[in-house]
Amino acid sequence: MLPIIFVMPIVQLLILSNAATFEIKNLKIYFNDFDKSTYSNRLKSKFYQTDYFQITGESTSRKMAEAQLSRNTADIICEIPQDFEKNAVKYGLSKVFFKINAIDGMKAGLTVNYAQNILEGFISEINNELSYKLSSAIASPRPKSIRVNYSNWYNERLDYKTFMVPALLVLLVTLIGGFLSSLNIVREKEMGTIEQINVTPIKKYQFIIGKLLPFWILALFVFTIGLLCTRYIFFIPLAGSLLVLYAFAAIFVLAIMGIGLFLSSVTDTQQQAMFVFWFIVVIFILMSGLFTAIENMPVWAQNLTRINPLRYFMEVIRMVILKGSGFNEVKVHFLIITGFAIATNSIAVWRYRKKS
Amino acid sequence: MTSDAVISSENLTKKFGSFTAVDHITFEVKKGEIFGFLGANGAGKTTAMKMFCGLLRPTSGKGFVAGLDIYKESEKIKKRIGYMSQRFSLYEDLTVNENIQFYAGIYGLDRKTIRKKQHELSDKLQLTAYQNKLISSLPLGWKQKLAFSVAIVHEPDIVFLDEPTGGVDPVTRRQFWDLIYEAADAGVTVFVTTHYMDEAEYCDRISMMVDGRIEAIGSTDHLKAKYKVNSMNDVFLILARNVEI
Repeated sequence: MLPIIFVMPIVQLLILSNAATFEIKNLKIYFNDFDKSTYSNRLKSKFYQTDYFQITGESTSRKMAEAQLSRNTADIICEIPQDFEKNAVKYGLSKVFFKINAIDGMKAGLTVNYAQNILEGFISEINNELSYKLSSAIASPRPKSIRVNYSNWYNERLDYKTFMVPALLVLLVTLIGGFLSSLNIVREKEMGTIEQINVTPIKKYQFIIGKLLPFWILALFVFTIGLLCTRYIFFIPLAGSLLVLYAFAAIFVLAIMGIGLFLSSVTDTQQQAMFVFWFIVVIFILMSGLFTAIENMPVWAQNLTRINPLRYFMEVIRMVILKGSGFNEVKVHFLIITGFAIATNSIAVWRYRKKS
Repeated sequence: MTSDAVISSENLTKKFGSFTAVDHITFEVKKGEIFGFLGANGAGKTTAMKMFCGLLRPTSGKGFVAGLDIYKESEKIKKRIGYMSQRFSLYEDLTVNENIQFYAGIYGLDRKTIRKKQHELSDKLQLTAYQNKLISSLPLGWKQKLAFSVAIVHEPDIVFLDEPTGGVDPVTRRQFWDLIYEAADAGVTVFVTTHYMDEAEYCDRISMMVDGRIEAIGSTDHLKAKYKVNSMNDVFLILARNVEI
């Protein structure tokens, strides 16, 4: 068991951090170019130049293009109609069609975004050229286009690992603290030792503390390993205070273990405890903001995330590690998680019965 | 309730839903006695015992252990009693010494006394060579004897034993009873459930439980004379199975 406890976190960090990424590269694009003009070639080369797209082929057959889409060998089809260049030059208005595989809605959304960006770049380039050529002919000058420049704070290179790794640490301590504690009392029930404990004059709180403490230390130890990985394997610098981070982690683990102990005291077998905890933890994870931004959820779901302790740690760990937030910025989070810890452990102590 | 009774009950009853596991039992156990609580499997012996130990809340009736009310003072009772359950109750993944230390610690024995107890027990049970071995590596008979010794490590007034000799060989059973006698000589009241009728002969007094009720109570000689038979086995058959001898 012990090797599992130590190997699991590292493996999880290494694998998940690479797998759980929203960044999409190498989208496969297929062209139906019916124009075959200078403009259409320039547009294609724009796609060729980025990392985001990979050109898988080109033809003038719509059928072939759609076959690519249905075989998953293309993610997006770009159709450039006839007279693309002519219309652009003559009327300043031309059309391009995209067909996108939208089975994965999020991926499709990103694909549209990327394609639009490239298209906009192309349009402004063409516009500049045309207006330069036409500037003498047209009396009123065209309005200058507004150029938007982005600068990404806290994660300058938009590296998804920087975003994901701290959040995965939350997952780690949740699994370690939660599972181990939820299997704990119920294991003694299965073995029969719980009865022997119950006939001793041991106090309920003493018993619960005895159950909590070892796993609490273990979870924080695993957290430390995870932090070391963050720093020395993923090279994510810790912008904020280590003390704030540890203090929060310590309270958070207590809150999660309270849930585990409660489950452990109401279930009869390790199987039941495992199943119920797994059910709860999946909901917690999906509603924590790890994969999907909480802001994107419907309002009722957003409200539901308020009773999810993972949500708060997820926010705090990203704020502290990436933004360097101090205690003042996260004190509300501290207050809430402390409330959670007190509540879950009180319920666990209350529900643990020496007498049935 | 007479003054020297350490366990007593009056119409003590436990129902699980519509099933009555223990049905208005009334009896007393005197100080220093070895009291056998006999009955077939499912007669309600364990349920009755668990009520005295504070593991189960009675449905109705009165019960006292060491003069303390089993409804209100079960945590106080727990300091005065030892208990050894049907199911094996030592921690398999701890060593012999660690188990002794753990249970003695719960009862608040100090470090020095614990060390003394560890020596005494391993001498008495001839476990000196096994002190640092895991419980899981010991044979069942040894585990049972150790479990008993651990149950009385804090020198309780009363020890409750729930079928302590289940599944062990006759020789070990005999040795186990030697340990019980030793404890009784030291003044511990022993309350023991069993369905081995030969073990009834080792008890000062027994009660015979059938379907949640106490059908007979007294010394074995008294009961054998009453039913005009030669062995406790026959008493059991008459009472529990309605067999004509």
